[in-house]
Amino acid sequence: MPHRTLQEEERSLWTLFGTFFKIGLFTFGGGYAMIALLENEFITQKHWLGRDEFLDMAAIAESTPGPVAINSATYLGYKLAGVPGAAVATVAVSLPSFGIIYAISLFFDQFTSLTVVAHAFQGIQVCVIYLIFLAGVRMLKALERTPLNVGILLVVMACMIAFSLLAVKFSSIAFILLSGMVGVAVWGTGRNQKGGR
Amino acid sequence: MLWQLFWTFLEIGAVSFGGGYGMISLIREKVLLHGWLEETQFLSFIAVSESTPGPLAINMATFIGSSQAGAAGAICATLGVVLPSFFIILLIAALIHNLLQYAGVNAFLSGIRPCVVALILATAVTMGLSSLLGVSTLADTPAPAWQGIGILAALLLLHFGWQKWKGKAPSPIAMILVSAVLGVVVYH
Repeated sequence: MPHRTLQEEERSLWTLFGTFFKIGLFTFGGGYAMIALLENEFITQKHWLGRDEFLDMAAIAESTPGPVAINSATYLGYKLAGVPGAAVATVAVSLPSFGIIYAISLFFDQFTSLTVVAHAFQGIQVCVIYLIFLAGVRMLKALERTPLNVGILLVVMACMIAFSLLAVKFSSIAFILLSGMVGVAVWGTGRNQKGGR
Repeated sequence: MLWQLFWTFLEIGAVSFGGGYGMISLIREKVLLHGWLEETQFLSFIAVSESTPGPLAINMATFIGSSQAGAAGAICATLGVVLPSFFIILLIAALIHNLLQYAGVNAFLSGIRPCVVALILATAVTMGLSSLLGVSTLADTPAPAWQGIGILAALLLLHFGWQKWKGKAPSPIAMILVSAVLGVVVYH
């Protein structure tokens, strides 16, 4: 890496901050919409990253826990300017949300206590259930129909609905970790069988 | 309180795979468990979050933190949800770049993927049962909320109609606006 002066480094951190702030401010519709925006900004316009590296980043951001937006900001920030870059990019991408939502939270209760608004929100609550269901269906369509996928899907769904109806407390965290372990177990047995032959 | 907010959102940030909607089941569970929001408030806020920029998890953390403990609460909850991502990604980017190429890690993720889809669908179903049919547990006698069911039917009709006509699903924000108007009309 060519040696950079202090001023250049400062400038690159500021650019990084500005870019991620802008991305945080203009991404509606969550992480996947953001990936497209990042691609445009970092590959097409600024040429900061190669396409392969960007695809690597997207795969990592989508398969690690946490919001995709934060994951990609941390990763790209680190790649472009080390740990300070990661910190700057992460803070910058979160700040717009934080500011906007904090402002909304200050008057949200008064706002929703207006009769008309309360009625509007009663309608909106139904819409949100539809949106969540739709998101689930969309992900379901993208899922391959392997026995492992179908099995885990049906068992987890049945258990979760049943537990909720029976008022049994069982955390989603446990479902997530158990499913991960089933994945590992299936892979392990498959490998052993192959090795035994 | 601040500590509890921080810790709860740290947990959410550390285990919620699948981004945005993947986190909803876990956030809902925690929020209802601690009594931070009612189900209806939670649903209303998801709509706000969907219509403002930024990741759902950050929006959620900021809003719940602020509603429970003001600015300090908002900061603690938001930090909590961001930190796990930050460190996990830093670790991967700096040290174990090929983490995803390990077969074991891949196998673990392959088990989680269908689970996340199941969590989202199950959450939608339980939410629908409790707010549209009044059934949260088997002990409840069903009390159908006809207005809500009517709105859902209208949204579904609109969805399929639009898909047929334009070849794509209508945008979430448009649907939120439509449902707001329907709400004002129906609950008037």
